[in-house]
Amino acid sequence: MRFDFTEDQHEIKRTAKDLLASRSTPDKQREAAEAGEYDQQLWRELAELGWPGVAVDEQHGGGGLGYVELAGLLEESGYALLNGPFLSSVMCAAAITEAGSPEQQRAWLGRLAAGEATGAFGIAGEIVADAAAADVLVIADRESGTMKLLPDPGIPALGTIDPTRRYSKPEPDPSTGEPMPGDAQSALDLAAVLVSAELVGICRRVLDMTLEYVKDRRQFGRPVGSFQAVQHRCAQMLLHTEGARATTYFAAWAADADRDRLPEAAALAKSSASKAGIEVTGSAIQAHGGIGFTWEADVHWFYKRAQLDAAFLGGSSFHNQRLSTLLTPSG
Amino acid sequence: MDLTFSAEEIEFRDELRNWFEANNPGEEPRGDEDTVFEFRRNWQRTLFEGGWGAVHWPREYGGRDASLMQSAIFFEELGRANAPLPANVLGLLLAGPTIMAWGSDEQKERYLAPILSADEVWCQGFSEPEAGSDLAAVKTRAVRDGDDWVVTGQKVWTSGAQYSKWCMLVARTDPEASKHKGLSYFLMDMEQEAVQIRPLVQITGEAEFNELFIEEARIPNENMLGGEGDGWNVALTTLMNERSGLGFFLQVRLRQLLDRLTGEAQSNGRIKDPVVAEALGDMHVRTETLRLLAYRGLSSIEQYGQPGPEGSLTKWLWSETNQMLAQLAVSIRGADSLTEGDSWAYELLRSRGNSIEGGTTEILKNIVAERVLGLPRK
Repeated sequence: MRFDFTEDQHEIKRTAKDLLASRSTPDKQREAAEAGEYDQQLWRELAELGWPGVAVDEQHGGGGLGYVELAGLLEESGYALLNGPFLSSVMCAAAITEAGSPEQQRAWLGRLAAGEATGAFGIAGEIVADAAAADVLVIADRESGTMKLLPDPGIPALGTIDPTRRYSKPEPDPSTGEPMPGDAQSALDLAAVLVSAELVGICRRVLDMTLEYVKDRRQFGRPVGSFQAVQHRCAQMLLHTEGARATTYFAAWAADADRDRLPEAAALAKSSASKAGIEVTGSAIQAHGGIGFTWEADVHWFYKRAQLDAAFLGGSSFHNQRLSTLLTPSG
Repeated sequence: MDLTFSAEEIEFRDELRNWFEANNPGEEPRGDEDTVFEFRRNWQRTLFEGGWGAVHWPREYGGRDASLMQSAIFFEELGRANAPLPANVLGLLLAGPTIMAWGSDEQKERYLAPILSADEVWCQGFSEPEAGSDLAAVKTRAVRDGDDWVVTGQKVWTSGAQYSKWCMLVARTDPEASKHKGLSYFLMDMEQEAVQIRPLVQITGEAEFNELFIEEARIPNENMLGGEGDGWNVALTTLMNERSGLGFFLQVRLRQLLDRLTGEAQSNGRIKDPVVAEALGDMHVRTETLRLLAYRGLSSIEQYGQPGPEGSLTKWLWSETNQMLAQLAVSIRGADSLTEGDSWAYELLRSRGNSIEGGTTEILKNIVAERVLGLPRK
C-alpha cells in the first residue's frame, strides 16, 4: 500500500502548479471575474499541453492517464482559481467515456481531449456550469438513471453569486437531446470526484492565504496568528482540508483501480469536500477580519466558487444520506 | 498511488486472521479490574507463545521485524477480531521501544524479554498534578545518594500501576537547570514501600488510572535511561511511540461501534428517518476519513521518514468522532441507552476521556498550529 503520488504524478502536479502560478494570477482572475469572461488564450495553452484529454484514452486522442492525474490537475486549478471550461469539459468527457455510444465517443472525445470543443455536465433542472457556451452538454436524470447528450445546447446564462464561472439551468426537455446508452450513476460519481478535487485545491489556497495573513497582521503588538483562538481556527481548517484531500484521492484511485468501491468513495469525497469547501472558505473570511469581507480582498472568489461547487451534484447532507443507503444491504 | 495491500501484506494479514480465529480469547469480562487484568495478561501470553507478542519489535528481541504497515495491520486485525489489548500494552508500545532506543546493552538484556512475556508489566509516570499538558513542568525530585537516586513526588493518571513491576519515571535531577534540561528518565521498581498507589475512580465508575505517592523511593543509578539531563528527549521517544499502532486498533473499534449502530437502525427502520440517515452517513465519512488519514500517515513515514500532518490530526478526529457517535446512539435510541449496564451508556461516559488522555485536543490543535502550520508562538 502506498497512499501517495508516484514520482510522475508529483511531477505533473508540480508543473501544473508552476504554470498556473504565473498564468492564472489573482489579478488575472479578478479581471476575468469582473469582466465576466474566460481567458481564451490560457485555455488554448492548456489544450496544447493536453490538460483536457489527460484522462481520455489514447484511442480517442487523449493522454491515457488516470483520474488520479486528472484530480491532481484539478486540485491545482482550484488552487489557482482557474477560469475557463476545464472542469466542465473533463466532467463531460468522463460522462461520454462512461456512457456514450461508440458514435458519440468518436464524435466528441477527440475534440474534447484536444480542447477544440468544450463540454459541460450536470443534472436536469439544476445549476450547471458552462452550459451556455459549451459545444456539447451531457445532462443526467437522477430519477431514471439515464443521460442525454445535447450538441450546441446554448442554454441561456444565469447570474449566481459566483462571477468566476458562467452558469445555466437546463430544464428537463424530453423533446431534445440524443439518448446515451450507459448508466448515469458512474458519470455522476466521476463528476463528483472531479469537483471534489477542485474543492481540495480551493481549501488549500485559502488556508495558505489565511496563514500568510495571520502571520503578518499585528494587533495588541503581536501577530494575530499567535492567538490561540486564531490558531485553533487554522488547525480546524487544516483538518477539513486534509480529510477532503484523503477521501478525494481515495475516490480518484477507486475510479482508476477499484470500480466496485467508486459509488461509496465518490459519495465520501463529495460529502467531505463540500463540507470542507464551505467551512474552510468561510473560516478564511473570518480569519481575515474586516478585510476578508471586502470585494478587494480575494478570499470571496474562493468562498463563492466553493459554494457553487459544494451544491453541485448535492452537498454533504445529500451524500451522507446516500452513504447510509449504500451501507444498507436492504437498500 | 496504490491503496491495495501488497501480496506480502495480505499474506501477513491472512496468517494473522487465521491465528486470531483459532486463538481468540472471546468476550472480555466486564467490571472487576483484577479479573480484566488477568484476562489480558493471559491473552498476552497466548499472543507471545504464538509469536505475535510484538510484531513491530526487531527479531533479536523477540519481535517479527514488522513494517509499519504490518504493525498497523496487526492492530486493525486485533480490533476486528474483537480481541482485547494485551495487558502490558504500555510496555510493548512505549517502554520497549524507548529502552531499545536509549538503553545500554545490560538494560536491553534485563528488561525487554519480560515485557514481551507479560511477566513484568509497565506503567508510565509522566503526568503530575501540576504537570499535565505542560509535561516539562514535572516537580518530582530525584537526589543522588551514593549509587542510588532518592525520589520524592507525586504522579497521576498512572494506568495499571497496581499491576506494574516497573514505572517509566520522569523526574527532576537538576533544579537549577532550565525546565527541559533538568530532567532525567528512570526505570523505577514499583515494588517498594516508598511507592503508594491510590486508584482514581473515573466517571464510568472504573479505576483505570491511579495516583502515585512517592516518598523517598530508591532507584539505583544503573536504572537511569539515557544520561543525566536527557529525560526530556527520552520522554519524547516514549511519546512519539504513544500513538503509533494503537490508532489503528482504536479506529477499527470505532468502525465496529458505528456498524453496530447502523445495523440496529436498519433492523428497526430508524434509518428511514432522513435525520438519522444523514447523521449515520456523517459518522461514516468521519470514520473512513480517519482510516484514510491513518494510512496516508503511514505511507508518508515509509516514504519520507517522517509523518505528514496526519499524525496530529488523527487522534483529534478519532476522539471527537467517538464522542459524537456515542451521543448519536443515545439520541437515536433514547433514554434506554442511559440505563445501567447499557454498553452505549458506557461509551458515552468513557468517550469523554478520549479528548483528554494522551494529549488534550486543545494541545493537539496548538501542535498543529505551531509545528504543522508554522504559526508564531507569541
